[in-house]
Amino acid sequence: MTVRAVREQADGARTVVLDVPGWEGHRAGQSVDVRLTAQDGYRTQRPYSIATAPEDETFELCIEHLRDGEVSPWLANELREGDQFELRGPGGRSFSWHAEEGGPLLLIAGGAGIVPLRAMVRHRLMTGSAVDTSVVVSARTRAGLLYASELDEWRAAGVRVHVSFTREGGRRLDAAQLRPFGLARHVFVCGPTAFVEHTTRVLLELGHDAAAVRAERFGGAAA
Amino acid sequence: MPPIARGFRGRRPADPDRLPPGQYETRDFPVLAVGPTPPHAAQDWAFTIRGAVSREVTIGWDELLALPRETPTVDIHCVTQWSKFDTTWTGVSIDTLLAEAGPVGAAYAVAHAADGYETNLPLDDLTGGKAWLVWEYEGEPLEPPHGGPARLLVPHLYFWKSAKWVRALELLAADRPGYWEVNGYHDRGDPWQEQRYQGD
Repeated sequence: MTVRAVREQADGARTVVLDVPGWEGHRAGQSVDVRLTAQDGYRTQRPYSIATAPEDETFELCIEHLRDGEVSPWLANELREGDQFELRGPGGRSFSWHAEEGGPLLLIAGGAGIVPLRAMVRHRLMTGSAVDTSVVVSARTRAGLLYASELDEWRAAGVRVHVSFTREGGRRLDAAQLRPFGLARHVFVCGPTAFVEHTTRVLLELGHDAAAVRAERFGGAAA
Repeated sequence: MPPIARGFRGRRPADPDRLPPGQYETRDFPVLAVGPTPPHAAQDWAFTIRGAVSREVTIGWDELLALPRETPTVDIHCVTQWSKFDTTWTGVSIDTLLAEAGPVGAAYAVAHAADGYETNLPLDDLTGGKAWLVWEYEGEPLEPPHGGPARLLVPHLYFWKSAKWVRALELLAADRPGYWEVNGYHDRGDPWQEQRYQGD
């Protein structure tokens, strides 16, 4: 696996484009383990969502600049074109969607939680699927919104897109914001733990079937 | 030989012998579950032991709290690679619960949770002082995202075996894989053998 390109994606995040020879494919929404090996053989690994659809020609990850952490700082600051590391996976099959599974599809992201959901939208676009799809994104700021330049393309393909900027006049997702999207057959919620806990609680109060709601949480709530 | 990540040093664990292979230590307490935290898991709480038992037993919350309690301090290991050291829990040994039910010809168990989650374990991994039904974490009521009001605690196996929001143990003569176990995860999940996926 070789790094083909690195580019800034938004404030505080970069996209890493990888060449992955022999990749056996994945489902939109799945993750991979990035395994780094140090000079002396020490190795460690962390899971990252795959940002691209199986149909995409490229294979991308999106790395947030985290202040601490063991793997993300290296990926965010040190990594450059031509670097090599190992990938294992894909994993996280329970958080994935295929167009044949139909909809309505409701995708809800907090911050970097948009990454696996972007893979699902791209999968819908690239398969020419007409599945009823809504994307609800909660971001702190406009400058930090990931994939902002792609939202118009999503809308043009019939995807409803709602964005709330919580530090620029918006408020955190509540029943009033989520009710208009109706009850979906497949709901995917990804974001920081507190965001996912709050949002899934609202969804259940609105009458969504718990079995239809898949959740992916990141950033451990300090115990 | 895997490629070397140029300039990567990593954080060396202070106590490497305590980390199973492929794990790293975290001070956080990440929350992993397939779906939402069930909002009503504490309502009409009861815990049932059924299946291959001489007497099906159901205990309510007050009865649970009246049982002899233990406060194990253990290291826990998640299959997503994090480990957390010295976690302290309050609960009752599964041995105590099983004694009330009296297993008959049982060699396996399936834990059933309020959200429909299931996970399977050999009975030997639930007995002999190795597993608990717990309702406190670090002296506080167990928070719902971490499995409150009560979860299974089987710290010598990967933590997906420690079912959150557990409501029943079904004892069986033969093994019957649970949610993750039919989705590619290892049937037993011993972190020291790095039994993450089927075939490991």
